[in-house]
Amino acid sequence: MINPNLKLNPKLFKEDIEQVPTRFGYGEGLVIAGKENPNVVALCADLTDSTRTSVFKKEFPDRFVEVGIGEQNMASLASGMAAVGKVPFISSYAMFSPGRNWEQIRTTICYNNQNVKIAGAHSGVSVGPDGATHQAIEDMAITRVVPNMIVIAPCDAIEAKKATIAAARHKGPVYIRFTREKTPVMTTEETPFEIGKAEIYREGKDVSIIACGPLLYEALKAAEELAKEGIEAEVINNHTVKPMDKETILQSVKKTGCVVTIEEHQAAGGMGSAVSEILSQNHPAPMEIIGVKDRFGESGEPHQLLEKFGLTAPFIKEAVLKVIKRKIKLKG
Amino acid sequence: MAHLSDEQIKKLEATANTIRQDIIAMLLEAKTGHSAGPLGMADVFTVLYHTDAIKHDPKNPDWEERDRIVLSNGHICPVLYVAMARAGYFSVEELKTLRKFGTKLQGHPHRLVLPGLETSSGPLGSGLSQAAGMAYALKADKKKNQVVCLMGDGELDCGQIWEAAMWAGKNKLDNLTAIIDRNNIQIDGFTEEIMPLEPLDEKFHAFGWHVLEINGNDIRAVYDAVFQARAIFEKPVCIIAYTIPGKGVDFMEQDFNWHGKPPNKEEGEKALQELRTLGGKISGE
Repeated sequence: MINPNLKLNPKLFKEDIEQVPTRFGYGEGLVIAGKENPNVVALCADLTDSTRTSVFKKEFPDRFVEVGIGEQNMASLASGMAAVGKVPFISSYAMFSPGRNWEQIRTTICYNNQNVKIAGAHSGVSVGPDGATHQAIEDMAITRVVPNMIVIAPCDAIEAKKATIAAARHKGPVYIRFTREKTPVMTTEETPFEIGKAEIYREGKDVSIIACGPLLYEALKAAEELAKEGIEAEVINNHTVKPMDKETILQSVKKTGCVVTIEEHQAAGGMGSAVSEILSQNHPAPMEIIGVKDRFGESGEPHQLLEKFGLTAPFIKEAVLKVIKRKIKLKG
Repeated sequence: MAHLSDEQIKKLEATANTIRQDIIAMLLEAKTGHSAGPLGMADVFTVLYHTDAIKHDPKNPDWEERDRIVLSNGHICPVLYVAMARAGYFSVEELKTLRKFGTKLQGHPHRLVLPGLETSSGPLGSGLSQAAGMAYALKADKKKNQVVCLMGDGELDCGQIWEAAMWAGKNKLDNLTAIIDRNNIQIDGFTEEIMPLEPLDEKFHAFGWHVLEINGNDIRAVYDAVFQARAIFEKPVCIIAYTIPGKGVDFMEQDFNWHGKPPNKEEGEKALQELRTLGGKISGE
């Protein structure tokens, strides 16, 4: 059943659940962070409105910095600003930051351990019509392997807001990925959020479904469907991809004995890979990693693409049945 | 404007010579590292770390009021390390640990292990952006600190340099000075053959910079240019410092083959002797 302690949206499975893009949470969170700390500044590379940096620009015009289409320059400028006491947030589409400017992020931000926050908008295939060039599905893989970096994939706009505020309070580099499309708001203002702390959104004993980002909703829907067939899935919101909440994951998988992960990212190198790194070394269990299978995205409506790439509830359900079968076989 | 007396110049030239000898000695010890660039830039580093051109305090590297020196082309760090050691940031003895296991003197500079460094560098092309970010934030806070970025000419091939140059021009960062080591060589050969940079002064002019061109091996010229740069308002300043790669060691001068390698024992001894005797002009042996 849904964890009552987390005060999730009461309309969770209703038709009229609110739908808001996670990037909107970034804009709101950035303004709050700006009010909390006068050293917070925001840089943008000619995508001020669609990244929602515009909200901050309106509130703090003197603390907004337009960089033009130069993401490499933006990352290193931010490193320099942080070196003299600022808390810079840099934003663009994830494909360009941390995509195009990865080395600058590695060397000038992370190797220096500078207090810079990287906000990657338009991650995942759900970017839709723009096509593969603008669909970042490698961003978590390339950021989580860099020392000193924290990686967060918020599940909805409210969590995105909390993650942005938390990132500003944390001293050190943080990458947060956001998405373009409207997606269900699963949490409320009261739902807890802490960097590095995964939350069990639905308790269950038969399988652990570990998700990050807006696809968490597909995981919750799949769990509801499975419950009708007598399978109780535990659903974990694993928003912090690095450092990962090893304890919560191990505890859950020790109880359920099998696991399915789901993310809007390449299946290789992302959140699921990080979970498998923990499990394979501590508690191996039958596992399916749901993600994009080593191919590029393409143009289309978000729902068409999520379906084509096998990232919706029915695919999760299918994967769950597979891992449960393997678990039984192992026991048998 | 500050002025150096002839006597001060003589003293600084002796410091530059010591720095060159230390560079050769540390490269001999390390058996790895770059030779030509560090020797060519010894005079510039002498001015930056051993005169009043730059505000800094070796005993208090985090001093709020210090000017910021950003080394973009991290591979010439032997000259940086020597200039810092001779200024008192750490012991001259420690120079022997260059590039060795456990050293603070990493093959390319690392800010988190050596107090006094403003950034880590090595991958080319990103120093000007960092310096511009510092200058912008300091200016926004109405602070007086100057930011000096040292760059190689080869790294001007990197697109990021021009992103930063455009942005610094747009923002009129008059507290930012870039010093380009114009020695005309890079690993694969002469810059004008690999990727022509000329007319370099016009390029920076076009990006909104004030440009000064000097002999980078003339201590007075370097000193005067750094002070002159402070007097320019509303524009960042680019000092194109023409230097001789390998300066001070005859067989290394102007030879791009010395860009990325250290001298062997015999070559090192020869170089040291030449430096000690100022090319045979004095009998210092």
